[in-house]
Amino acid sequence: MAAMKFSALSLLRHALTGNREWTPHWRDASPKPTYDVVIVGGGGHGLATAYYLAREFGIRNVALLEKGWIGGGNVGRNTTIVRSNYLLPGNIPFYETSLKLWEGLEQALNFNAMVSQRGVLNLYHSDAQRDAYARRGNAMRLEGVDADLLDADGVAKLVPQLDFDNARFPIKGGLLQRRGGTVRHDAVAWGFARAASDLGVDIIQNCEVTGIERDPAGRAVAVETSRGRIGAAKIGLAVAGNSSRVAALAGLRLPIESHVLQAFVSEGVKPLIDGVITFGAGHFYVSQSDKGGLVFGGDIDGYNSYAQRGNLPVVEDVCEGGMAILPMIGRLRLLRSWGGIMDMSMDGSPIIDRTPVDGLYLNAGWCYGGFKATPASGLCFAHLIARGVPHPAASAYCLDRFATGAIIDEKGQGAQPNLH
Amino acid sequence: MRIPCPYCGERDAREFSYLGDASVARPATDDAAAYHEYVNLRANPAGPHREFWYHASGCRSWLVVTRDTRTHRIDSAELAR
Ligand SMILES: Cc1cc2nc3c(=O)[nH]c(=O)nc-3n(C[C@H](O)[C@H](O)[C@H](O)COP(=O)(O)OP(=O)(O)OC[C@H]3O[C@@H](n4cnc5c(N)ncnc54)[C@H](O)[C@@H]3O)c2cc1C
Ligand SMILES: [Zn+2]
Repeated sequence: MAAMKFSALSLLRHALTGNREWTPHWRDASPKPTYDVVIVGGGGHGLATAYYLAREFGIRNVALLEKGWIGGGNVGRNTTIVRSNYLLPGNIPFYETSLKLWEGLEQALNFNAMVSQRGVLNLYHSDAQRDAYARRGNAMRLEGVDADLLDADGVAKLVPQLDFDNARFPIKGGLLQRRGGTVRHDAVAWGFARAASDLGVDIIQNCEVTGIERDPAGRAVAVETSRGRIGAAKIGLAVAGNSSRVAALAGLRLPIESHVLQAFVSEGVKPLIDGVITFGAGHFYVSQSDKGGLVFGGDIDGYNSYAQRGNLPVVEDVCEGGMAILPMIGRLRLLRSWGGIMDMSMDGSPIIDRTPVDGLYLNAGWCYGGFKATPASGLCFAHLIARGVPHPAASAYCLDRFATGAIIDEKGQGAQPNLH
Repeated sequence: MRIPCPYCGERDAREFSYLGDASVARPATDDAAAYHEYVNLRANPAGPHREFWYHASGCRSWLVVTRDTRTHRIDSAELAR
């Protein structure tokens, strides 16, 4: 079953027939006894991995196993921001690869993911912070990534409605990445699922992995699932937030803690915020959805959690941050808030690597910033699984870096997951 | 979330700061592999978790709290050590 192709003509045709003739966009498959590759986790990363395995590496006998429904995890819970404004050499090329993939993704997938390069602006409030942002911007430009350091006037031209003369946190300027922006998160899951399914990948929902079977030599050869045993020549884990639990099925202990991050949406208002804005003196960031709601968030709650809901102190902290730069939002009503569980790694950076168990590959540790990484994570993980060697853009994301000391700690916080 | 501090009684979680897993022990030797396990590797369970909290805005004691990471329910809080 080939998915129908989207075009202006097909949209028009369906409009004229009252949108009654749409058909499902991917096959809801049932498991076969064995596959060349089994990917565990139907979030953005798992789906992208399956797609690139089939598309770039010609491996089409692939199953993607999801314990719930695809898009029900963090890929459908995040605040949709994409950017590549990193500082460290291990990170910049990877996130820039990802941003470039976003730029061509809708054409490649023939799916409208609403990629919107509306700009990401990080505000600074002190001389020291300006210097730090100048350094970050320079690091980005050295790698060929766009970055502009703005003074207060430059920021005022873009967002005059900010509270520039706030007594505690006056706005002195900002670091702007114009190519950053937002992408419709669920459309990313659906678009990758549709394209992967079209290339022959079996997308299997309601299929929880409960065990990893190993042969006498220790190699991972199959997964036990709620829908039976499934054999696999190679197994890739992409279970964001649950990585420790699933890796433990193969006896592994990871440098990861699971934490909850909350997000919020206000009632819809007229166009107010064009791009993405982040507060520099506390943790608050905001953008406006196309429906008009302000989508915002801040810090993780800060304690181990698998609850998918947070507590009130962080709600208050986030709202205080919002009030510091945009006092006008104090009168908006909150429509919804929710939480998602993420892998917080010991250095705040991800892992795309083999594991000490033969045949078992790991994609984990994405912290609160893995949505922007989705296409590059899928491409690099597929490369690793297909070729057995890391993709050049992700070669720093090795699992043994915590033991060797080659960590990638953007914030310089040390092995304390809740501080990254 | 409220934490029942043995000295101060039940107090709002915002009075405390969080350190993490209380089950890992500092190695007695200077073996690098043992330190790697102590510094970096965690069980990260979905269920009961023994963890360090510091009562910064109270008695300034370190506590070991047993809390279920699936529900945030707190079962006990005792003084560390
Ligand atoms: C509130 C919030 C806001 C965020 N905002 C941003 C942002 O603005 N920008 C950004 O870049 N990042 C953001 N992130 C982070 C980003 O969402 C994640 O890093 C990323 O989505 C993780 O990858 P994923 O999409 O594959 O995860 P998920 O969608 O969580 O996929 C993992 C899947 O694995 C499945 N699974 C787990 N265990 C099993 C099992 N045993 N068997 C089978 N399946 C299993 C889960 O059900 C889940 O569907 C945010 C996260 C949250 C929670
Ligand atoms: Zn106390």
